[in-house]
Amino acid sequence: MDYAAVVILEILYMISFIALVSAGLAVVFGMMRVINLAHGEFVMLGGYTTLACQRAGIDLWFSMLVIAPIVVGLVGLIVERLVIRFLYGRMIDTMLATWGLSLLLIGIVTLIFGSSAVNVPTPIPGYQLGAYQMGGYNLFIIGVTIALYIGMWLVLRYTRLGLIARGAMQSADVASSLGYNPRTVYMVTFTIGAALSGFAGGVLAPLTGLLPASGGGYIAQSFIAVITGGSGAVISGTLTSSVLFGTISQIVSFASGPVLGDIVMLALAIVLLRLMPTGISGRFLRNSQ
Amino acid sequence: MRVSRRDFLGATGALAVTGSLGAVSAFAQGKDILLGSVLDNSGNLDIYGKPMVMATTLAVEELNAAGGLLGRKIKAIQYDTQSDIALYTKFAQQLARTDKVDVVHGGITSASREAIRQTFKRANTLYFYNVLYEGGVCDRNCVVTGTTPAQAVEPIVDYAMKKWGNKVVVLAADYNYGQITAKWLQYYIKERKGTVASTDFFPLDVADFGSTIAKIQQANPNFVVAALVGGAHMAFFRQWAASGMNKKIPLTSTTFGVGNEHLALSPAEGDGIVIAGNYSQEAQSPANLEFLARWKKRFGDTKIVHEIAVSQYQGIYAWAAAVKKAGSLEREAMLKAVESGISIEGPAGTVTIDPKTHHAALDIHLMEVKNQKLTIINTVKQRPPADTAQYCDLIKNPNDNKQYEVKI
Repeated sequence: MDYAAVVILEILYMISFIALVSAGLAVVFGMMRVINLAHGEFVMLGGYTTLACQRAGIDLWFSMLVIAPIVVGLVGLIVERLVIRFLYGRMIDTMLATWGLSLLLIGIVTLIFGSSAVNVPTPIPGYQLGAYQMGGYNLFIIGVTIALYIGMWLVLRYTRLGLIARGAMQSADVASSLGYNPRTVYMVTFTIGAALSGFAGGVLAPLTGLLPASGGGYIAQSFIAVITGGSGAVISGTLTSSVLFGTISQIVSFASGPVLGDIVMLALAIVLLRLMPTGISGRFLRNSQ
Repeated sequence: MRVSRRDFLGATGALAVTGSLGAVSAFAQGKDILLGSVLDNSGNLDIYGKPMVMATTLAVEELNAAGGLLGRKIKAIQYDTQSDIALYTKFAQQLARTDKVDVVHGGITSASREAIRQTFKRANTLYFYNVLYEGGVCDRNCVVTGTTPAQAVEPIVDYAMKKWGNKVVVLAADYNYGQITAKWLQYYIKERKGTVASTDFFPLDVADFGSTIAKIQQANPNFVVAALVGGAHMAFFRQWAASGMNKKIPLTSTTFGVGNEHLALSPAEGDGIVIAGNYSQEAQSPANLEFLARWKKRFGDTKIVHEIAVSQYQGIYAWAAAVKKAGSLEREAMLKAVESGISIEGPAGTVTIDPKTHHAALDIHLMEVKNQKLTIINTVKQRPPADTAQYCDLIKNPNDNKQYEVKI
């Protein structure tokens, strides 16, 4: 009985993990069709920002929840102004440019922080669940992810900003004819996407530890989740695929080991994309956000 | 006669050089002895490689300052393999074929060692591998000065089973080091009538151990052995502590501390982890204190000194002892010298090369992480590489070229 609760909590955690690291990518890819191969590095930057703030004596919660998204959002803004804006509509060029960017960011972080693993302390102690000892911080991640997605949904659904973003996403021409410059919308969207990635990185740092190269570990999972989720509906698509992949990979991990968990997740993604080339949301969730 | 500026500088420069070399003119007798190294001085594995490169520099400089070997100066040719296995093969070829070095000291992961070992064997370039590993390499061209499972794994199993009980969970990195070490663990645990409740392997990029930690609790072992490798796997130790497991089930490791991992974890997270190995910075022996003082003088920071940097340093001194004994760099003479049971005193104690296996008998410390330090619990002097010795006899079978694994 306890064990079932442990498994369910671990599944919830895995779903949250995927949803959290995918959020920034979902916004950028889903809304702008920009494939940002530096997404993982944005997450990593969020982690290192938290580390730097924590070393400077700033409160850990404030560092990860506020400073990390702001710093990485600013980095995103600079990147958009200097690189991405010249490449809209040129998918392959964007991929190449952002890949180069990811190498650059890894290099810079290595120069500043060194290439060995570093550690942000976990602020929440473990707790007892029946006979099992559990990581308390996992619960926090689950809660934060739920709050984040509710927040994203509220913004897209009920605010002027969300309306403009959805409009520009559906038809950039119509939005532009109504007086909204799509370029400005894209700039804001990319910045927000980067900030979300930084947020994820900051929140996950105490759990995974940090390496300059650790962005690579996030990018595969988030791309699979976002692409399988489909670009028809940013939030519901990404959430659906996170639930699907998180559940299945974690169940397989429990039954055998993490290697098979990853393999099953990849195999499932291939099958799903074969059956639903436009992603889950393109098939089922066409009218949601 | 018109003297150009270049001629003038050349002539005076040469004068200056000969003048300054006057004191060490003994070196003039032959060309330099070439010592090659292939190590990861950058990239993912540089936490292991950088101090090894520094140790190589230090050892060569010290040997030269003491008059070199055979009246000749040693020149180190060090290549940075950038944590890229493809570069190992490339630079190994270069060392063996182009630079034609007299000896190579290098390789960090077991994957990298196996990528280059045969290259040196074919080229008849003597090869020293100075890193702890899974044991069993039986190759007359290769000398190993790092620890093997019989030296650094068996003491952990022995201590932990006596102290905590006989049900064990094994976690290991998913490549040849982890796979073979897991087999040895199973062998030593079974030998002591223990049981391995489960063995799990993790690719080097796995950083989420939530399901693993839950599964360990379900198995409820008396203790856990982690043969995990690299930066991503560090997450295990962190998540283990974050869930409070470090207070419930004792944790031991065959690799922890080798890359100074104890400095990356907070005292609360790292305290109590039991490890075994050849070196602790805390050892108060005069040899170690003097070594650290020399390191400090040359490089400044001694915090980064770890076991395999010391192994590399000792490996170079063991090779130097063999060169002195052989009186030549000629291959057969060198191998005979290696097989004469040479012994040196290094920072981590006596290193004696076993003629049969080309492995080293080493002083082994059982240690516990306390407040970010590797505190010594007890020390066994001159523990032999008994695992490899079960299978390997290079005196009888000089042409053997195999890595033996334990059969369970």
